[in-house]
Amino acid sequence: MMWKWLHPYANPEISYHFAGKILPWCARLAFVFLAIGITWALLFAPADYQQGDTFRIFYLHVPAAMLSMGIYLGMAIAALSSLVWQLRLADATAAAMAPIGATFTFIALITGAAWGKPMWGTWWIWDARLTSELILLFLYLGVIALHNAFEDKNLAGKAAGILALVGVINLPIIKYSVEWWNTLHQGATVSKLGQPSMTADMFWPFLVCFIGFAFLVTALICLRFRSEILNRNSMRPWVRELVATEEKAHAV
Amino acid sequence: MNPRRKKRLTIVTSIIIGLGVVAGLVLYALSQNIDLFYKPSEIYNGKQDTGLKAINGQRLRIGGLVVPGSVHRNSESLKVSFKLADMRMPISFSETDPTVTVSYDGILPDLFREGQGIVANGILVNGNVIEASEVLAKHDENYMPRELLDDATEKPVNSSYSKNLLETTY
Repeated sequence: MMWKWLHPYANPEISYHFAGKILPWCARLAFVFLAIGITWALLFAPADYQQGDTFRIFYLHVPAAMLSMGIYLGMAIAALSSLVWQLRLADATAAAMAPIGATFTFIALITGAAWGKPMWGTWWIWDARLTSELILLFLYLGVIALHNAFEDKNLAGKAAGILALVGVINLPIIKYSVEWWNTLHQGATVSKLGQPSMTADMFWPFLVCFIGFAFLVTALICLRFRSEILNRNSMRPWVRELVATEEKAHAV
Repeated sequence: MNPRRKKRLTIVTSIIIGLGVVAGLVLYALSQNIDLFYKPSEIYNGKQDTGLKAINGQRLRIGGLVVPGSVHRNSESLKVSFKLADMRMPISFSETDPTVTVSYDGILPDLFREGQGIVANGILVNGNVIEASEVLAKHDENYMPRELLDDATEKPVNSSYSKNLLETTY
């Protein structure tokens, strides 16, 4: 049943146009949510009783960190379906996701350091949370490198997919590092069951920001996914036709 | 599912599970090294899991809450000493808590205050004194607006702080 419904999307051309259709909607929603969320978070949310305005970096740091792990999970699922069901498009999806995930990991690390200096008194400490998040960045970089290391895209996808799957072990380590070990990094404020450890007027702008960033990530993945498909199918007639019509449109 | 796919799925899952177990065992074996700091009670009783005790002269990190009223500053210099007790949520102190004294010569982080979580890096001397070369503030996961503090009638959302403690520490 589900296969019948999913089957057309194994076709690159259909997927290309599908991604093209949802891309502008995701981009618009991302813009709206981020505009509201960031204005709310930076200007109207109350300052923290101890950290003052410095805590506002939370609204960038936490969504970036959560998405860095979420994107990795998505990439690993794509890698698994590529290895087991040999879906060509799954490789393209994983390749499209890796640089975006790496960027969000980098943002999480940088904003964390910028917060750590005034609050903790240090830019960096080798505690379990920070170290495992840094390993996540290296995993992303490894996946990106492997995707580009081989001329044969199938081979590259297989190598990168294995690394991506092995790296999944790091996700629960990042998530639970603050519970399993003594760390300088604080425990979870929002990404846990039950009530968030912040007041509602601080939490809502976070939720809006998070949804905005999630749409932004979806839009970016669609964008990169489309270019991956074009890259991998550049010799196909439908791509040539597409390029020809584009050229005609621009020539006029 | 056709047999080839089934076989590939089995291979991939078993590799992932195998590596997961390996990673779990490695992390378990390394757990005392991954722990960033000792708790004050662990200085006396040894690490919770392994019973490993710190020895005099060992460089270690100690993490705990600054005991209210224990901070002594030297009026001539930056030297400061304070006592640390185990972190406990909700924050509370009792007379019987094992405490460790930290002495430090330097500038304390902005978040340093009585009742605040602190991680200090230093050398253990005399069994329960740490001569720190670095003091870091550990922030907890609770955030709240300042107004909640001023509003005596309203209880903090998390209720893990007592109002009195916040007033004395803020």
